[in-house]
Amino acid sequence: MSDSGFTVVAGNDAPHVAQRDAPVPSVVNYGTGLVTGFFEWFGNLGIFSWQVLKAAVTPPYEWRELIRQLDEVGSKSFPLVAMAGAAIGVVISLEARYSLSRFGAKSMFPATLVYSVIQVMGPILTGLVVSGRVGAGIGAELASMKVTEQIDAIEASAINPYRLLAATRILACILMLPLLTLATDACALLTGWLAQAMVEPLSFHQFITNGFNGATFNAFLPQTFKTAVYGLIIGLIACFEGMRTRGGAAGVGRAATNSVVLASLFLILADVVLVKFILVVFR
Amino acid sequence: MLDVRVREADMVTAYDIAMKEESPHKGGLASVVAVENLHKSYGMHKVLDGITLSVSRGETLAVLGRSGTGKSVLLRLIIGLEKPDSGSVCIHGQNIGDLPLDQLGEIRKQMGFLFQHAALYDSLTVGENVAFPLEHHRREMARSERNDRVKQLLAEVGMEGDLGKMPSDISGGMQKRVGLARALALEPEILLLDEPTAGLDPISSGEIDDLILKLQRERRMASIVVTHDLHSAKTIANRLALLDQGNVVIEGKYEDLLQSDIRFVKEFLKQS
Repeated sequence: MSDSGFTVVAGNDAPHVAQRDAPVPSVVNYGTGLVTGFFEWFGNLGIFSWQVLKAAVTPPYEWRELIRQLDEVGSKSFPLVAMAGAAIGVVISLEARYSLSRFGAKSMFPATLVYSVIQVMGPILTGLVVSGRVGAGIGAELASMKVTEQIDAIEASAINPYRLLAATRILACILMLPLLTLATDACALLTGWLAQAMVEPLSFHQFITNGFNGATFNAFLPQTFKTAVYGLIIGLIACFEGMRTRGGAAGVGRAATNSVVLASLFLILADVVLVKFILVVFR
Repeated sequence: MLDVRVREADMVTAYDIAMKEESPHKGGLASVVAVENLHKSYGMHKVLDGITLSVSRGETLAVLGRSGTGKSVLLRLIIGLEKPDSGSVCIHGQNIGDLPLDQLGEIRKQMGFLFQHAALYDSLTVGENVAFPLEHHRREMARSERNDRVKQLLAEVGMEGDLGKMPSDISGGMQKRVGLARALALEPEILLLDEPTAGLDPISSGEIDDLILKLQRERRMASIVVTHDLHSAKTIANRLALLDQGNVVIEGKYEDLLQSDIRFVKEFLKQS
């Protein structure tokens, strides 16, 4: 290392000015590349979304593949979201009881648990769990198909890969996320009640009656069905990352990672917008 | 498996077929596939530099050349998996360059493509792979009829006993046979084969060559075979085209290549 902090690779005779100046353009280039890459990514995602939409609304429809994907996304994710829901139900129950006791508001426990699970934790937890399992699965599967020319083979067989592979997976995610959210909510409420009932006697009937007292459909349904948007995000990003993969096993790994990371990130960002939207429209 | 092999005594080369039949190329038949002045670059790297080729019905053209000379890219352009920078690809006289996806799909139904590594769907069995194009394009076909057709196609390539196996459970040569059966499922008029014998042992290569010859005799498709295997090319093709630096150096029969004075041709024949 030289004093200036730059590695001298050209020998001691290399002009110092050139060494100091060289990184400046590279930093600028790096920054320009990042900005260009950012817009390019969104541009390509837009084109991909349009292709998928066009393919999805025009016949022939791939019903068999859709049913297979509903099973893949829905049934096979159920145990995972149920367990995650059960765990989060216990955690919220323990935390809520402690906090409410401090403020002398223990009677609010059922409503606190019900609202925090159904309005906040259930949807986002389901989204993140499904993003991890399904997003990575779709990203890796399609990327693997891409690098082994299986997607090209589908296209060469005069079958639209956007319709067969992408539209079916995205639609399955959109349809299944709200149902999986209901499962998460149910498990969380059940274990939350159990955790409370083991400490203090509280019948399930009393818990449900107090918890949902005064609640309207508007308080819960939009929060549950907003997860369809999570499904869209997970399916779209995973299919996009999978189908644009290049470069062997490393590309497959990159696609799987990008699918999970980007889907999770966009899901949380979308939640900010959706919560505000629901508050404005439904309250 | 050996029932598809043509015994040595019965071995008929493409030249014999061409001798017996009127040469389609010279006979003035319209080209089924016509590639004209095709250019394709990836960034600064020019892959194809003005290629012009044509193939007629019943004819097999072998495209030879060193690795990386754009042979596979040429096939991908012909079936529309990639778009050329300039030039045209005409199938039955129709330029596919500007066609929307659905119309391109109709043309692709007339084409069968064997990928270099077979590209079988790894989540489907051998039988399901072959049935795949039928399920999507012959929806009116009854299940029993489709199953019979799959069995018949697999029998043609000597794989009828492996219907329920997964692609990962069969060898590379067998995968290529299944890929060939899948490519033939829609009874294409045009067959594109990308390195059908690459990576195979000499016996398996011979079997694949014999199979292609047999199919050509029976179906009289227009075929383009990309290969760097000169022995295979002269066995299965009526004409050979040698590519170098993105263009055709020489095109003709094997004898024409032997008689050529072009240095690259001599070098290629010597090394092969």
